[in-house]
Amino acid sequence: MEIFLRFLEVLISGLLSGVMYSLVALGFVLIYKASGVFNFAQGAMVFFAALTTVGVTEKFGVPLWVAIPIAIVIMALLGLAIEKFVLRPLVNQPDITLFMATIGLTFFIEGLAQLVWGSTVRPLELGIPDVPIEWLLDKAGMFISFFDLVAAGICAVLVTALVLLFNKTKIGRALRAVADDHQAALSVGIPLHHVWGIVWAVAGFIALVAGLLWGSRNGVQFALTFVALKALPVLILGGFTSVPGAIVGGLIIGATEKLAEVYIGPLVGGGIEGWFPYVLALLFLLVRPEGLFGEKIIRRI
Amino acid sequence: MIYREAGQYKTTYLNDSQIFPIAQDRVAVALLLVVAFVAIPLFATPYIFSGILIPFLILALATLGLNILTGYAGQISLGTAAFMAVGAFASYNFMLRVPGMPVLLAFVLGGICAALVGILFGLPSLRIRGFYLAASTLATQFFVVWCLTKVPWFTNNSSSGVITAQQVEILGFKFETPQQKYLLVLAVVAVMALLAKNMVRSTVGRSWMAVRDMDVAAEVIGFRIMKSKLTAFAVSSFYCGVAGALYAFCYLGTVEPEAYNLDLSFRILFMVIIGGLGSILGSFLGAGFIVLLPIFLSVVVHYTGLPNSVTSNLELMVFGALIIFFLIVEPHGLARLWQIGKEKLRLWPFPH
Repeated sequence: MEIFLRFLEVLISGLLSGVMYSLVALGFVLIYKASGVFNFAQGAMVFFAALTTVGVTEKFGVPLWVAIPIAIVIMALLGLAIEKFVLRPLVNQPDITLFMATIGLTFFIEGLAQLVWGSTVRPLELGIPDVPIEWLLDKAGMFISFFDLVAAGICAVLVTALVLLFNKTKIGRALRAVADDHQAALSVGIPLHHVWGIVWAVAGFIALVAGLLWGSRNGVQFALTFVALKALPVLILGGFTSVPGAIVGGLIIGATEKLAEVYIGPLVGGGIEGWFPYVLALLFLLVRPEGLFGEKIIRRI
Repeated sequence: MIYREAGQYKTTYLNDSQIFPIAQDRVAVALLLVVAFVAIPLFATPYIFSGILIPFLILALATLGLNILTGYAGQISLGTAAFMAVGAFASYNFMLRVPGMPVLLAFVLGGICAALVGILFGLPSLRIRGFYLAASTLATQFFVVWCLTKVPWFTNNSSSGVITAQQVEILGFKFETPQQKYLLVLAVVAVMALLAKNMVRSTVGRSWMAVRDMDVAAEVIGFRIMKSKLTAFAVSSFYCGVAGALYAFCYLGTVEPEAYNLDLSFRILFMVIIGGLGSILGSFLGAGFIVLLPIFLSVVVHYTGLPNSVTSNLELMVFGALIIFFLIVEPHGLARLWQIGKEKLRLWPFPH
């Protein structure tokens, strides 16, 4: 019983941290789906968003609930600017060129964020306590953080909102059309650049949510940019083009990563969380080369 | 006028299949080699050798390796630095554990170890394509560096995980000054670049390009995909492994596995893209560009007299912006600019 409870505790905390990975992966999926760009700068955007929020509260002395809308506006503007100045001139270039451009963008955003707001590590207080839930601690002796639960809740709300946006609104229909086929979408009169602008702005918003949650957990610091590297195995596991894939992939990666850390880690000297998700995703890809929910790639000669 | 093929007739098959079919190219390459081997060692200062030229040549070799994989065979890899690390640590261990091991043989064996690791991590490429493959090659990057850090045998039980590369000595001649090391690196790089140039126009090189252009079609016309892809991984990793060994033995001296991190992989990928995919010359141009750009930027920013915290971030921003700008202006890389220049020279100064 004791062993089982321990297993359950690790599993649940892994699933909950997986939700945080999904959140970052969602931003990737959104952009990849709509514009076919593998946006490596998502991690930098997460960092930029969190730093902007903290920076605004510090510089202008406004409370958090004022700073967050300001940050939303800034992130949306950043997204629009990226679309206009980086992606539009690069239309029709090979995928790898676009990918390299987003790495260049990563450097730019990282430099910009630290230039404007400084590079010290700062705490971010969202008002959600990061403490174990007492009820569970008493009844079952399990440490499950309240913060993780709230984060999972926020993520669920966000995903629901995204699904509604994609499936029930006019913009969503345009987004899906563009995702399916750029040229066909253009020919029926969908303004491609507007749609891309919207997608990047929404991705900026998701980066903000991820940045706030990750930032309040680990402090707002440069290491936030590395969450992008955490999200990549989630992506390849779930498939680049699938929103549910990002969620399920995040849960699988989160859970197995924590389990591996606890049960395999001590055997090989620890520190395996850096590569374990990648190897797991890689092995999985050998069975299903397009990820769990990715579109099946059909190639013609 | 200066650069033209007209009037250079090829009367034998041997003539037709030489590496540089045009006389001007042969002269240019010969001049370049003379400058690199004779003129530069006479005039350059130790700082130029160890600060610019040696890293440039070594990174150009690694870029060449990645270019074989990405530019010629079309497989994107983000694990270049890991293969370099394998080459470096394998060479170190061969030197350490085999008495009387010649250093050049150790480099080759290090390269072969890297090639074996490359084949192992190249196996998924038979199933996975594009960005899925790129993201999975990150597994190599993280796993190899973790392995080298965690297994004490690789670093000869060094408590800090740092190794000190052995003295480079060939036939009793010790390579100690930056100038001597430069000449050694240059010789290795020149030979391997020549090999690469020949390889990419041989059967195996053509099979890589066929796979890059469309692997299903290549399979249909009779190329063995598995062989092409795995040889690409093996050759590319071999080049990276040798570059990694040179990086440790002739440039850094003391190395930790973390020196071969993801940043280095990205830098080498930048060199490939900026230099030009699928071009040997481009590998050198790209490496030169990315090695010189930060040095140039830091000098320029230094003169503005801003505080240090501002300049380092400004450098980062300008570097990122320049890369984006460059990709927008010339997405096919510096090698393409060179091509355009040659086209222009063909008619100059009478363009009509």
